[in-house]
Amino acid sequence: MSVDKDTVRRIAKLARLALDEGRVEPMAQELNGIMNWAEQLNEVDVSGVAPMTSVVAQHLKMRDDVVTEGGNADALMTNAPGGEDHFFVVPKVVE
Amino acid sequence: MTSPTDFTLAEARDAVRARKISSVELTKAFAGAVEAARPLNAFVTETLERALDMAKASDARIAKGEAGALEGLPLAIKDLFCTKGVRTTAGSNILSNFVPPYESTVTQNLWNAGAVMLGKTNMDEFAMGSSNETSNFGPVFSPWRSRGSNANLVPGGSSGGSAAAVSASVCLAATGTDTGGSIRQPAAVAGIVGLKPTYGRCSRYGIVAFASSLDQAGPMTKTVRDAAILMRAMASVDPKDSTSVDLPVPDYEATLEGGVKGLRVGIPKEYRIDGAPPAINALWEQGVEWLKAQGAEIVDVSLPHTKYALPTYYIVAPAEASSNLARYDGVRFGHRAAGAHDIIELYEKSRAEGFGKEVQRRILIGTYVLSSGYYDAYYLCAQKLRTLIAQDFAEAFKKCDVLLTPTTPCPAFAVGEKTSDPVTMYLNDVFTVTVSLAGLPAMSVPAGLTPDGLPLGLQIVGKAFDEATVLRAGRALEVAANFSAKPAEWWRAA
Repeated sequence: MSVDKDTVRRIAKLARLALDEGRVEPMAQELNGIMNWAEQLNEVDVSGVAPMTSVVAQHLKMRDDVVTEGGNADALMTNAPGGEDHFFVVPKVVE
Repeated sequence: MTSPTDFTLAEARDAVRARKISSVELTKAFAGAVEAARPLNAFVTETLERALDMAKASDARIAKGEAGALEGLPLAIKDLFCTKGVRTTAGSNILSNFVPPYESTVTQNLWNAGAVMLGKTNMDEFAMGSSNETSNFGPVFSPWRSRGSNANLVPGGSSGGSAAAVSASVCLAATGTDTGGSIRQPAAVAGIVGLKPTYGRCSRYGIVAFASSLDQAGPMTKTVRDAAILMRAMASVDPKDSTSVDLPVPDYEATLEGGVKGLRVGIPKEYRIDGAPPAINALWEQGVEWLKAQGAEIVDVSLPHTKYALPTYYIVAPAEASSNLARYDGVRFGHRAAGAHDIIELYEKSRAEGFGKEVQRRILIGTYVLSSGYYDAYYLCAQKLRTLIAQDFAEAFKKCDVLLTPTTPCPAFAVGEKTSDPVTMYLNDVFTVTVSLAGLPAMSVPAGLTPDGLPLGLQIVGKAFDEATVLRAGRALEVAANFSAKPAEWWRAA
């Protein structure tokens, strides 16, 4: 499998990353270098092996579904680049 | 009297407790050292005024007999830990103005113990790098230089600022985080101690996420004893992180001097790699002899899937990163691009402007290996490899109590030397990444110098949640190695 320019454009779109046309070809080459190197994983027979889901044998803890912290909208808005009152402001979404 | 900045964390703690020095005096000495070391670029943000306020509060608590475990001791914090009211950048342009309204659990534990914050240390962007060259705030220079050379070397990464700060004695100790080697690799090449605990030992709450199944916080210190002290203070059971494990945190310092008599030390044959500098394997053999001389039993073990660990990591970690970094959208926090006409363009431009080259590369790899049609071939396959890698360790630990390996395949290299080919850079983590995939605790201990006078480390790997034995074995190694080299303080004249 090799990563072509169309694939780079497609995954950049999926990742919501603007990629200048001039960077598509170099990025394809870089990704190919990395993915070709990763191809060596195909040497290993992994049939019947369970994929790892948790690195430490442990039950995921549960907690009551209640609000633990709240009423801090002012604090949460302090880092919003386009915040007004308690709203995040974005370009018009619906015409 | 020597400078207070020469203290180890343990020595400073004892001196402050005995009121031989106040926290304010200690903090002023370190503040001066931080300012003098600015040519290293180890800090993204200095918080020296705040440090003085914290030191005054510490002295007041000491006077009232209310001293905590780290009372009045100045530390540096990797800029990946959210600190309430203090800018936290993760080394990225996208967070260059982010001021968290909350505190990470690890740093809160440190402040609760009385520690003083000198500042936030530089790092590879989002902890993605092995040389601190991907930081938006410029590279960190290692305090170390090759004998007879003025060339700037990298401090390792991603916790490069923390490693440089400890190595240059501008703080007593620092926090780091390790995803594939980001504590141990910089510790090794900067001649300090770095401990990555078992996954789940430290809370990840408030640590900017890179790869959530791998990320762990840990101490970076001058000595193994200091690592034991700081590890205990950082670790806790935290309801805010569902992967934080419900196990009591032992007093690691109390068992530190237990020795290695009868301890079974495994030597994994797969860690002897072609092309490694002779100094690396020679030091490893020396380490074996050091432990053997102290009564350890040396056992040959095999970790057959070792060679697949790096490519496995470079599928798993970018996959998790692409998911974690999806939150940076230019809307709720972080950098927002100007002039976007619609919401999609706002996302795409904000992210393109906010993320650096290596981060973008990893987001794209992660998106690719998780995308429809490739998920089974890459991501699922890597997760199965990860199971096999963890099983290798489980098998090995039936025959031994700890493993001894080199920490890195090479000493520090020059700034700019390895930036052209990503895979060459990734190979720096060949000895550390395997352990990360298995979630196990591991520590790098400074053990020797190359013929050029650059530090090298040895790595002790332990069983899950057995940091105590890792520290005990590391202490035995430290005693035998008697590593006392210090970098020449060239930055003071710079």
